[in-house]
Amino acid sequence: MSKMSFVQACNAGLRQELERDSNVFLMGEDIAHYGGMFRVTEGLLETFGENRVIDTPISESGFMGMALGAALAGKRPVAELMFIDFGLVAMDQILNNIAKTHYMSGGRCPVPMTIITQGGGYRGAAAQHSQMLEALFLHLPGIKVVLPSTPADAKGLMAASIRDDNPVVFIGHKQLFGKQGEVPDGEHFIPLGTSSVVQEGSEVTILTYSFTVDLAMKAAEAFPGKVEIVDLRTLNPLDWATIESSVRKTHRVIVAHEAHGRCSVASDLGFQVQQRLFDELDAPVEIVAALDAPIPFAVELENEVLPTAARIEAKLREMLT
Amino acid sequence: MGHVRPTDEQFFRTMIRLRHVEKALTELSAGGQLRGSLHLCEGQEACPAGACAALLKEDYVTATYRGHGYVLAKGTSLNQVIAEVLGRATGLCKGKGGKMHLFDQEFGVLGTNGIVGAGVGTACGAALASKLDGTGRVALTVFGDGANNQGHLMECWNMAVLYKLPVIFFCENNLYSEMTPLSRSHGNVNLSERARGFGLHTESVNGNDPHAVFEVVSKAADRGRSGQGPTFVEAMTYRTTGHYQADSGTAYRTKEEVEDWRSRSPILLLRQRIGAKADEIEAEELAVVQASVEKALADSVPAVSESTTEVFA
Repeated sequence: MSKMSFVQACNAGLRQELERDSNVFLMGEDIAHYGGMFRVTEGLLETFGENRVIDTPISESGFMGMALGAALAGKRPVAELMFIDFGLVAMDQILNNIAKTHYMSGGRCPVPMTIITQGGGYRGAAAQHSQMLEALFLHLPGIKVVLPSTPADAKGLMAASIRDDNPVVFIGHKQLFGKQGEVPDGEHFIPLGTSSVVQEGSEVTILTYSFTVDLAMKAAEAFPGKVEIVDLRTLNPLDWATIESSVRKTHRVIVAHEAHGRCSVASDLGFQVQQRLFDELDAPVEIVAALDAPIPFAVELENEVLPTAARIEAKLREMLT
Repeated sequence: MGHVRPTDEQFFRTMIRLRHVEKALTELSAGGQLRGSLHLCEGQEACPAGACAALLKEDYVTATYRGHGYVLAKGTSLNQVIAEVLGRATGLCKGKGGKMHLFDQEFGVLGTNGIVGAGVGTACGAALASKLDGTGRVALTVFGDGANNQGHLMECWNMAVLYKLPVIFFCENNLYSEMTPLSRSHGNVNLSERARGFGLHTESVNGNDPHAVFEVVSKAADRGRSGQGPTFVEAMTYRTTGHYQADSGTAYRTKEEVEDWRSRSPILLLRQRIGAKADEIEAEELAVVQASVEKALADSVPAVSESTTEVFA
């Protein structure tokens, strides 16, 4: 084990896969010579050369399309969206083409590519650099979605994302990038579709992921032994078995995430839990999510719109009393 | 296929087959046996015939929703294409893709596409893979004049020049972006000039002459294979039908204009050159197409259990 940051763990995961498979290559804005806006690709150009680590122009639609074509031609591209918000200009390629090609081709054309990106707020980056847009990718069938919350998970899930024969969107979080943790040395691989019970508890389950895991942990400090926290880690595929066993144990559920609450992972999971486990529930499923407003700039406003540990704690208090 | 220049008769065979495929599909559509929209390439047959003859089997092609001609000319099985268009289990994509979504890795067909211009990035990516691996394969991507106004293409042109990709941007300029003429959709109607603004090498060609198309695409493929980068080919042509089956094609064009282009149909021109042999070839190809349609109509439809399979690999 080595102690490293989330960013360094992403870098280690990329390095591991670049070494393992010569068909893996990276493309994205400022990733090669500059080393990446958040240093995720630092040093990789020097090790692997310019045929494996490719700077692109600021042309998200163009290079996402190219990643698709390269994947169809036998490569295993990893394309970086510097901010997940920038993916919106490439959504025709991602949702109309990348996500659907395997199905539309009747299984003839797998698309083994990974989109690595980051989202999230709390840093004054305002409405176009702070979003959590995972629900957009989850809405259409054909894309897997991964959101690690620890350095070790980042490395292991990076490996699983790149080795998967399907399009995978791997989403980091600005607030997690500096987070330190122990990461296994050498080969590290965490299968997609496995969640992690990061804290056991008896009275209420929080289903969460990404940076909101940390907020939930903080919120749960006030209720020792009572709060079970499930870090979902991958949203498609979803580890339903772990969700189900936790709900059968606690009989109360909060889904907490940073993205907006309407038409969201929380509304979908809340529906699934009530439909499939209705008789297990002692209370309606609750949601803690961003308010229905774009992410504002001023800190007072941003902290009101985005979920906080205090809001999760308040919701826990409401459910536990 | 591939740099052996076809004869008049060979080109005629490819084009007359395509013409009869379209006639058969039109009848099936009118008769309610073919679902969805049908975008024909009548009058433009020399483009797929000439361009695909200039490519090797392992070269890549992406095309538009009007691109079935390229898929067939590239080598994909007629039976599989017809069965796909008719939504059969035996179809190229098991009935999941349909007429606008044809994929065949065996012949490098990386997709026809329902979104204007969207396959251009795919072709550039395949060309990038070819360059990274040194395979010498080139990618031809087909799009219309209308797609020249899509930002995606401009992004791809820039990257193709930047990375010197072995890609051929094959623009079928049929003078109308769906139902709107270039003069009302393009600030500068000189598409080659626009492409040159991105640093692309350009070639203009009579898109109704399969030999001319073959020559220019062969040259472009050689440029790609020898590391000289991309080529933008502007093929001047004309679709003598409407944009799709419900468009007569005459609301926005005069009958005289359509008739004038009909008289310049590549099939008509080659028929005149070949003489009596043309009828013989046509009869053979008609029989092949009819047999393919009959077979597909008798083929089984997909099992409903297939509806949610293959979402993921």
